[in-house]
Amino acid sequence: MSEKKAPGSVSKLLNASWLRPFLLLVMIVVGWDLAIRIFGIPAYQIPAPGDVVKVLYTDWPELLAQSWPTTYATLLGFLASAVFGIPIAMLIAGSRTVESYVYPLLVFSQSIPKVAIAPLFVVWFGFGIVPKIIAAFLLGFFPVVVSAVQGFKSVDPDMVDLARAMKGSRLRVFCAVNLPHALPAIFSGLKVSVTLAVVGAVVGEFVGSNSGIGYVLQRSIGTFDLPTMFAALVILALLGVILFWLVDRIERFAIPWHVSQRADVFIGS
Amino acid sequence: MTAAMRTMSVDQPSAHLRVVSEQSAQSKASGINLSGVSKTYGTGDGQVQSLRPLDFHINDGEFFVVVGPSGCGKSTLLKLISGLLAPTSGEIHVDGKKVTEPHGDVGIVFQNALLLPWRNILNNVLMPIDMKNLSREKYIPRAKELLKMVGLEGFEKKLPWQLSGGMQQRASICRALVHDPKIMMMDEPFGALDAMTREKMNVELSRIQRTTGKTILLITHSIPEAVFLADKVLVMTERPGGIAAIYDVPLGRERTLDAMSNPIFTDLVARIRKHFMTNSALD
Ligand SMILES: Nc1ncnc2c1ncn2[C@@H]1O[C@H](COP(=O)(O)OP(=O)(O)OP(=O)(O)O)[C@@H](O)[C@H]1O
Ligand SMILES: [Mg+2]
Repeated sequence: MSEKKAPGSVSKLLNASWLRPFLLLVMIVVGWDLAIRIFGIPAYQIPAPGDVVKVLYTDWPELLAQSWPTTYATLLGFLASAVFGIPIAMLIAGSRTVESYVYPLLVFSQSIPKVAIAPLFVVWFGFGIVPKIIAAFLLGFFPVVVSAVQGFKSVDPDMVDLARAMKGSRLRVFCAVNLPHALPAIFSGLKVSVTLAVVGAVVGEFVGSNSGIGYVLQRSIGTFDLPTMFAALVILALLGVILFWLVDRIERFAIPWHVSQRADVFIGS
Repeated sequence: MTAAMRTMSVDQPSAHLRVVSEQSAQSKASGINLSGVSKTYGTGDGQVQSLRPLDFHINDGEFFVVVGPSGCGKSTLLKLISGLLAPTSGEIHVDGKKVTEPHGDVGIVFQNALLLPWRNILNNVLMPIDMKNLSREKYIPRAKELLKMVGLEGFEKKLPWQLSGGMQQRASICRALVHDPKIMMMDEPFGALDAMTREKMNVELSRIQRTTGKTILLITHSIPEAVFLADKVLVMTERPGGIAAIYDVPLGRERTLDAMSNPIFTDLVARIRKHFMTNSALD
């Protein structure tokens, strides 16, 4: 952490910024281990990190196999929230009428606890992947809409006027001005959305599924198998990080011009 | 009403300082014509009158400059004429056609450069071409030539944030010129430039207008700039903006910076300045 900024060692600095989160992680794990030893916390309350790592190592094939369904459900739910969220945000931002009808209802729907209604999807769609996707979609949808609406609305009206004065068609003006302008906001919404979609998929697996990390989690709670439960949590966290990182990469590729991407600022990932 | 105001501001016009008389038999078939155009913004907390009813005419190929105090409605006037705003009353005709929506053959430079941050300078300049769906290949040489003219050669591939404010504004002037519009409307285009570059740009703009015969409507805060460039200068009153006077500038079309020491020039500058120095109108 306390590395010196030796001149010319740019690559070293880059490594260091990659390393930092891991260093912190190592410190947390060490602290965790020490806390268990010092305070004598019994293994049925919090497992030792060593035990969790052991489970991760021995049960790896099983855990990996179980993380695919969760990943699929997360990705499909996330894609659905992007595919539906962005056009709806366009409509809301584009028309006062649509906004006045739809937006309050959307906010209202957010106060319904998804966990409570998730069993309903199982009743409707059975124990397959569909209820999980819906749960992931429902959690990921709202942040996309809110951010995208804000992005579409914050475009400088003079900029739109300028494009209109050039006699561009509505669609052309939208694609050339409004959409690129909204992209940074859309991406920040997508980043929140993708991590929430993981939560949604797990909620779906909690209430009715016989596969996925959520299922592993629930089963291990039932049998007080804490090391396995913690291993499942680690995998969920990893899944969230990887998906977030992917969206972040796509963002860098899509909006290299944006303030947050300029120079060598280190963000996210 | 405006006619009354005009006569109010006349004091024995000398030979070269005359207020333009009411041209009654004006043909509306060419140029830009405003009759009784006013604008009141309806904001949430009451209404803001921005422009009093205005009547004036801009001839084809004329360099028409508007000066006026800040907030008197100059930018509003430009948006009305370009068809981006609808007037509260009155009608605007461009080449005999009533303005109800943006009309294509116009290049606009707004008060801010308004470059798209995701396009490089060359692509920003080519934006009107994209909007009109014209062939890019045909216009790229022209875009590069224009950038060279305003001293931005070599910056084609840069993004707007890598340029200074004045450089961005110059790029936005190129953007307004790239499709060779018949009418140019410029809202304080040189506000962000230093005095030297500003004078250079003035000479360049004057040359462009002479050689291409474009109709140019320019808004500025600088009275010398207005007189140097204009065929006619419209002086506006405080908010809500009305016409204080319209002056002819009999300096001839070929103008170099030497024109600025011409007595006609200095007299006219002094005279326009008086509109803003005294609170009451000239009488
Ligand atoms: N969109 C708007 N809504 C409400 N009022 C507006 C709007 N735009 C301008 N105004 C008002 O109209 C008046 C004229 O504004 P305008 O921008 O035309 O002034 P201006 O002459 O261009 O000033 P400046 O020289 O400072 O640019 C101002 O008093 C302003 O408050
Ligand atoms: Mg203005």
